[in-house]
Amino acid sequence: MNETSLNISISDVTKKYDQFYALKDVSLEIKSGEFMTLLGPSGSGKTTLLMVLAGFTNPDYGSVKFGDEEVILKPPHLRGIGMVFQNYALFPHMTVEQNVGYPQKLRGVNAAEIKRSVEEALSTVKLEGLGHRGITELSGGQRQRVALARAIVFKPKILLMDEPLSALDKKLREEMQIELRQLHDTLNMTTVYVTHDQKEALTMSDRITVINDGELMQLGTPNEIYEHPNNHFIADFIGESSLLPVTVRNGKASLNGEEIALAEGAEKSGEFLLVVRPEKAFLADKKVKGANYFSGKLIDSIFQGESQLLVIKITSSNDDGYEVRVRVPNESVTQKALPEVGQNVIIGLKVADSYVVS
Amino acid sequence: MTIADMEKPNERGLQQVAANERLTFFGLTLPYLLMVTALIVVPVGWLFYLSFIGRDGSFSFENYERMIKSKAYIRIFLTTFKISILTTIICAAIGYPLAYFMSQLSRKWANICMIGVLIPFWTSLLVRTYAWLVLLQKKGLLNNMAIEMGIISEPIKLVHNTTGTLIGMVHIMLPFLILPLYANMRAIDKDTLKAASSLGATPTRAFWTVFFPLSLPGLLAGLLIVFVLCLGFYVTPAILGGGKVIMAAMKISSNIELYFSWGAASALGVVLLVVTGIILFIASKLVSMDQLGNR
Repeated sequence: MNETSLNISISDVTKKYDQFYALKDVSLEIKSGEFMTLLGPSGSGKTTLLMVLAGFTNPDYGSVKFGDEEVILKPPHLRGIGMVFQNYALFPHMTVEQNVGYPQKLRGVNAAEIKRSVEEALSTVKLEGLGHRGITELSGGQRQRVALARAIVFKPKILLMDEPLSALDKKLREEMQIELRQLHDTLNMTTVYVTHDQKEALTMSDRITVINDGELMQLGTPNEIYEHPNNHFIADFIGESSLLPVTVRNGKASLNGEEIALAEGAEKSGEFLLVVRPEKAFLADKKVKGANYFSGKLIDSIFQGESQLLVIKITSSNDDGYEVRVRVPNESVTQKALPEVGQNVIIGLKVADSYVVS
Repeated sequence: MTIADMEKPNERGLQQVAANERLTFFGLTLPYLLMVTALIVVPVGWLFYLSFIGRDGSFSFENYERMIKSKAYIRIFLTTFKISILTTIICAAIGYPLAYFMSQLSRKWANICMIGVLIPFWTSLLVRTYAWLVLLQKKGLLNNMAIEMGIISEPIKLVHNTTGTLIGMVHIMLPFLILPLYANMRAIDKDTLKAASSLGATPTRAFWTVFFPLSLPGLLAGLLIVFVLCLGFYVTPAILGGGKVIMAAMKISSNIELYFSWGAASALGVVLLVVTGIILFIASKLVSMDQLGNR
């Protein structure tokens, strides 16, 4: 076992409010030193699960172990975790130094050692020299760093973070994502990170747990979750995607009565959804082997800087048709002209990229 | 259109808009300014003037001299301060835990509690004071009950003394402490307590190192209001003190009603006003300093 971190075993954790399950028989193993993200929409139970780990919410039943030790009956102040709150929860009546030194003071550390560890923590989060400042004198990003310094100053083996970047603007948030990830790699403490931002989860995590309606939907590396979503909820929630209804029967899949080839999933039988990622679909001049083709009409074309997003309505014989989005990278100003809105187009999707979800 | 208008489009029009806004604000504050002048500035000036008029109608310091020399006056001031300080302390001791409790409840239950705090606040002062007289007197409800239950054999003297005055005043003053304190406590971010707890603080430690310091501005504001109101309080101490507890406001009243000495009454009023002013000044320094660190 690693000295600076602990593994977390969650089993059968259930929390019910009246008729509503906030968490339903949740079991999850988080490895020592891992960066685990709990990802889900609001109200999914991800924050409840974090609060159970921290000890602020007691489940109806279930077990939470840090290492080999059962902690579910322990009050929060005895769990020895570092925690970063959504709105930082800094102590406004204390300076930066006093905030960061607070956990050390509680642990009876002597003054010289507090000073040294506070300086070390502040330099870890790149806030050297700001120790004497009041909390009100700091920007949002700096407050975020103080909250982080305070959570790591006593070298906890587990660090919990509840949407810590949600109050920052986009640019700063993206910088902090990378910084937090690097910090995790340096300190190597087990980190459980809650977010509703799928891009943030993909950027930072070793593994992601997707939670919805109090249940675990999928657990995997960012790559697995993105490339092989378990169901249409995850396919829709993680990244962009257009979902097209597909019927699979006798190993053959068909969309709108036309046969399509699938990379996986053709052995099942029934109604499924074909996942079309906008960056994987492409505009085709002519049909070549190894891909599925759909013809449709371009109904909208949106310039988004690094790419052009095309909205295409696939022509269909029996109903209004389906919308598919295709992202064309802005590779060069000399790239060939894009089709005009209203024009008929053919879009292609490689067979290797064609899979269905239920 | 002049050249200046072309270089700075709409400059004059926008200046006019700003001027109109200032005029509106002034117009809105005017009734209040008139009222303050008529009801506070002029009478207080008159009070000052009267306090320097002696018995013979000429200018003199005799009203102030009497206050320093007379033992009766010194005793009255000491009583006033003693009663005010005790009332304030008792209000804090009862009000702080209640406000804390209410601040931890859900909005719904806190509002229900708040109605409990406010109903007496809306009831007439006089009614409440006489109600206490009925409850606390020698053959009152409290003494009778205690005797019947065998707790005491002789009625205890609960009214027409300091005890009765304090009971009545605390009851009247409590909402003035609870209201600002509760508002302050509600505004404290509950996550700060969770943070303290996750960082290793026991609930007691978290309370004293985080919640209590953050509630100080509200507590100070409440203490201040209660103390200042107590200094000039008349009705309740007059009725429940039964003439045995004499505070400054009562002396002012007797100076006028019994001795027709407007000068002496005015001088007392001036002293009370100045003392209150000094306390408010000191306290405003304390509170604002605290709030500086607060947000």
